[in-house]
Amino acid sequence: MSGSLLSGSGWSGVLAAVAIAWPAANAAAEPLIIESWRNDDLVIWQDQIIPAFNAQHPDIEVVFAPSAPAEYNAALNAKLEAGTAGDLITCRPFDASLALFVAGHLESLNGLAGLENFSDVAKSAWVTDDGSTVFCLPMASVIHGFIYNKEAFEELGLSEPTTVSEFNAVLDALKEDGSYAPISMGTADQWESATMGFQNIGPNYWNGEAGRLALISGDGHLTDAAYVDAFKALAAWKPYLPRGFEAQSYPDSQNLFSLGRAAIYPAGSWDISVFNSQAFFEMGAFPPPVPAGQDTCYISDHTDIALAVNATSTQKAAARTFLEWMTTAEFADIYSNALPGFFSLSNHSVTLEDPLANDFLSWRGECESTIRNSYQILSRGEPNLENQLWNVSAQVINGTLTPEQAAAEAQAGLANWYPPQQ
Amino acid sequence: MSQPVRRRRKRFPFHIVVFLAPATLVYTVFMVYPLADSLRLSLFAPGEAGREIFVGIANYLTLLTDPLWSDRFWGALKNNFVFFVIHMLVQNPIGLLLAALLSSRVLPGRNTYRTLIFTPTMLSVVIIGFVWQLILSPLWGVAEDLMGLVWLDGLFAPWLGLEGSALITLALISVWQFVGIPMMLIYAALLSIPDDLIDAATVDGANHYQVFWRIKLPLIWPTIGIVSILTFVGNFNAFDLIYAVKGALAGPNFSTDIMGTLFYRTFFGFQLQLGNPTMGATVATLMFLIILLGVMIYFFIVQRRLQRYEL
Amino acid sequence: MAKPTRTSSNAIAMHAVLGGYTIIALFPIYMVLANSFKNRAEIFRNPMVPPTPDSFTTIGFSTVWQRSAFETFFGNSLIVTLVSLFLVLLTGAMAAWALSEYKFRGNILLSVYLALGIMIPIRLGTVSILRLVVDLNLIDTLTALVLVYTAQGLPLAIFILSEFMRQIPKELKEAARVDGVTEYWIFFRIVLPLTRPAIATVAVFTMIPIWNDLWFPLILTSSESTKTITLGVQTFIGQYVTDWNAVLASLTLAIVPIVALYLIFSRQLIRGLTSGAVK
Repeated sequence: MSGSLLSGSGWSGVLAAVAIAWPAANAAAEPLIIESWRNDDLVIWQDQIIPAFNAQHPDIEVVFAPSAPAEYNAALNAKLEAGTAGDLITCRPFDASLALFVAGHLESLNGLAGLENFSDVAKSAWVTDDGSTVFCLPMASVIHGFIYNKEAFEELGLSEPTTVSEFNAVLDALKEDGSYAPISMGTADQWESATMGFQNIGPNYWNGEAGRLALISGDGHLTDAAYVDAFKALAAWKPYLPRGFEAQSYPDSQNLFSLGRAAIYPAGSWDISVFNSQAFFEMGAFPPPVPAGQDTCYISDHTDIALAVNATSTQKAAARTFLEWMTTAEFADIYSNALPGFFSLSNHSVTLEDPLANDFLSWRGECESTIRNSYQILSRGEPNLENQLWNVSAQVINGTLTPEQAAAEAQAGLANWYPPQQ
Repeated sequence: MSQPVRRRRKRFPFHIVVFLAPATLVYTVFMVYPLADSLRLSLFAPGEAGREIFVGIANYLTLLTDPLWSDRFWGALKNNFVFFVIHMLVQNPIGLLLAALLSSRVLPGRNTYRTLIFTPTMLSVVIIGFVWQLILSPLWGVAEDLMGLVWLDGLFAPWLGLEGSALITLALISVWQFVGIPMMLIYAALLSIPDDLIDAATVDGANHYQVFWRIKLPLIWPTIGIVSILTFVGNFNAFDLIYAVKGALAGPNFSTDIMGTLFYRTFFGFQLQLGNPTMGATVATLMFLIILLGVMIYFFIVQRRLQRYEL
Repeated sequence: MAKPTRTSSNAIAMHAVLGGYTIIALFPIYMVLANSFKNRAEIFRNPMVPPTPDSFTTIGFSTVWQRSAFETFFGNSLIVTLVSLFLVLLTGAMAAWALSEYKFRGNILLSVYLALGIMIPIRLGTVSILRLVVDLNLIDTLTALVLVYTAQGLPLAIFILSEFMRQIPKELKEAARVDGVTEYWIFFRIVLPLTRPAIATVAVFTMIPIWNDLWFPLILTSSESTKTITLGVQTFIGQYVTDWNAVLASLTLAIVPIVALYLIFSRQLIRGLTSGAVK
């Protein structure tokens, strides 16, 4: 080998060869790219939703390109910064998306044909604080409650509990029998404790919207009896959780239930489709049990997911066409039925075929709806209330914080930056 | 200085430029520039309408003194030291032991052992994290059953989920994965020891242990030094395993939070918490300074003393 | 008489330690491979038992095959890893040689400058890297990954290689220079062969983080055709997290190629380590 091989041009030749050998894969076609964290739904988008859209708009190619939920926010922010994000952006509710809009990453959707099919409540998670501009098209809400193994309940002669004392009696009976873990939940992922636990049963204690709005106005505090009681109810689950629940992750909880080894699963309605495909026993659902002496029940009916147009998209017209199609009854029907447990936020009446999803939906008629109390405004500062609730809810169940300490810690965090709570 | 180079000094030493230019160029453009740009950010704070305003060292003061930030920062730093100490106490001694055994010239099958023991190092944390979670899962019961074989199942606990043991467990998983690296480096150093040195000692009547402690070990101290500093740098850059197993919130109650996860949470945000690039850049700069300090201590104190032992 | 007994008991002890550790190293990998061929109920009931005719299934693999482009991901990972590795080793060895051999103004400064990168995770510069890649029109290409990984691998490669190159005996180089050959000839014909064990070592340490990186594929690539295998597996696990058949099958498919590659490569590594050791 001679020295001349090592000249500067030889090296840049290598680089050039690399560049030529692997050009951008999608240089030719210009499809609409949808950014999403719903990677569970990839198959449904590919096989059902996009073909239905293409039946009416064959000229617009759409690609659903989800990333893992945990990485979605970080990856999306980095891509938006660099101007490489997709044309359509899936929106988290409230402040995360509002921040994207304020930073100029999202288009205003005011004037979009079909937007009138959504109520103000449906749109509330994706409007500016003054209510004047909508920036994401609402897609679906999710409802919390409990899914249970009907066969296990029948075997032990148990019925759906409606009050907290009935719920505890059911848990005791299951624990005494010993063949099923009474509740399938773990604290390893933290969010499960907060979302499936605290936000699931909590609205019954703080009276749903009344309590949530009082926190925002500063009239209510997280140290109030309602919140301490909610934490107490959560702490009471500990003896009924599977052994080693401290290291049990969300998929573990799902598997434990769907394999028939646990009787009750604190659920988000989005779990329905997973269980439908994996559990080989009949399932039922009941809403969060009400505390003694309370007539009204409250459920978390959380506005969860929406879609926006990227402000730097080169195909805004096509993107808006897609969003307009999403306002139709056709989309509401396909989406709600393909993904049972994601309930359309439009005013179209949709017939759900899934019995379990219908169970959840029926609670809207029986109970008062609210959303998770940490999502609107209260997670704008540091420390972030939502992240704090994850931490303290898991600790309350683990027994490393008392309910009173948990409430005090969350309140102190909020008071640290939120003037109405100071 | 050697003759030919002195002769060339009359002309421009073109070959030096050729040797250095490609590496320096790629490194500068794709590493130094982006890092410098990020570090610049640490002196700014988000202002109105997406513009950033210069704030000097205000971010650093906040991070180090405001309890809201400083609790997390010092907590992560402490955890990171624990993580590092476990690697130094477990990973490197095991690596040394394995390398010493493998370098024995008489042991049949040593190449097979070496190859197999290095295998976990090749795997991604995506795989490692998932597998160990399964093995340690109280639901699956693999670890518990294995301990039952030696009547220790009573000691089993959901270690990954307990505040007192989660970090140690993760550090040991990391040790399991990366022990191959010190093993290989030390192994290569042991192989490069001249045979005649060992032969001479053996002729003088030294046994295996004496040869190892008196001849080999002093000769490989510089390598062990390099291994230590690589471990330090690697551990203070660690992120993936903890992120894969515990998520960016590094629970329970931040007991597995290290500098890498703190940086990730701050820089990119997490769930409803929005990313704060300028504060993230501040965390990054402090990570850099901590690592720089460690490396300087190594070079100016440890390595100088080590060099006395070199032949 | 006493000596042979001593040696054989030593050998037994050494085999016990090495064999024991090998089992610890391989057990988790066995768990993945064995369970990926078992049905879901058996995975939970008897996790440690190898697949039997009754429990054997390949349903996980067919799910992976239908729902994921594993062969593309694998090809991408292979290309990115090998090209980056080649660039790191070649340009890194060149720079290490220049820094360890020649005295010129700024040598120490440049050495420190290039070593700084060992200490800083390149991830800290992600946003700027992304902007840069977009400006260069390299977004969603494997080239972008290659450039970032080359930059990331260089500092450590230069650091280790220059340590080894300093140990090359002077006489070898001086003898060649007296013969009047070029500096390039010395580098390629004397220095590179002598540093082979170090290069093999650096190759392994450079290769692992590139092959296993999750972060930059996530940020710099977006289409299916540029996904690497680590990102592909991560996405797949996210999608099928409760379908353990599919997850374990995808992990198996991710483990087997890299281990096979390593086993092939490790023969070269052994040869490099044993034959060319600097003495």
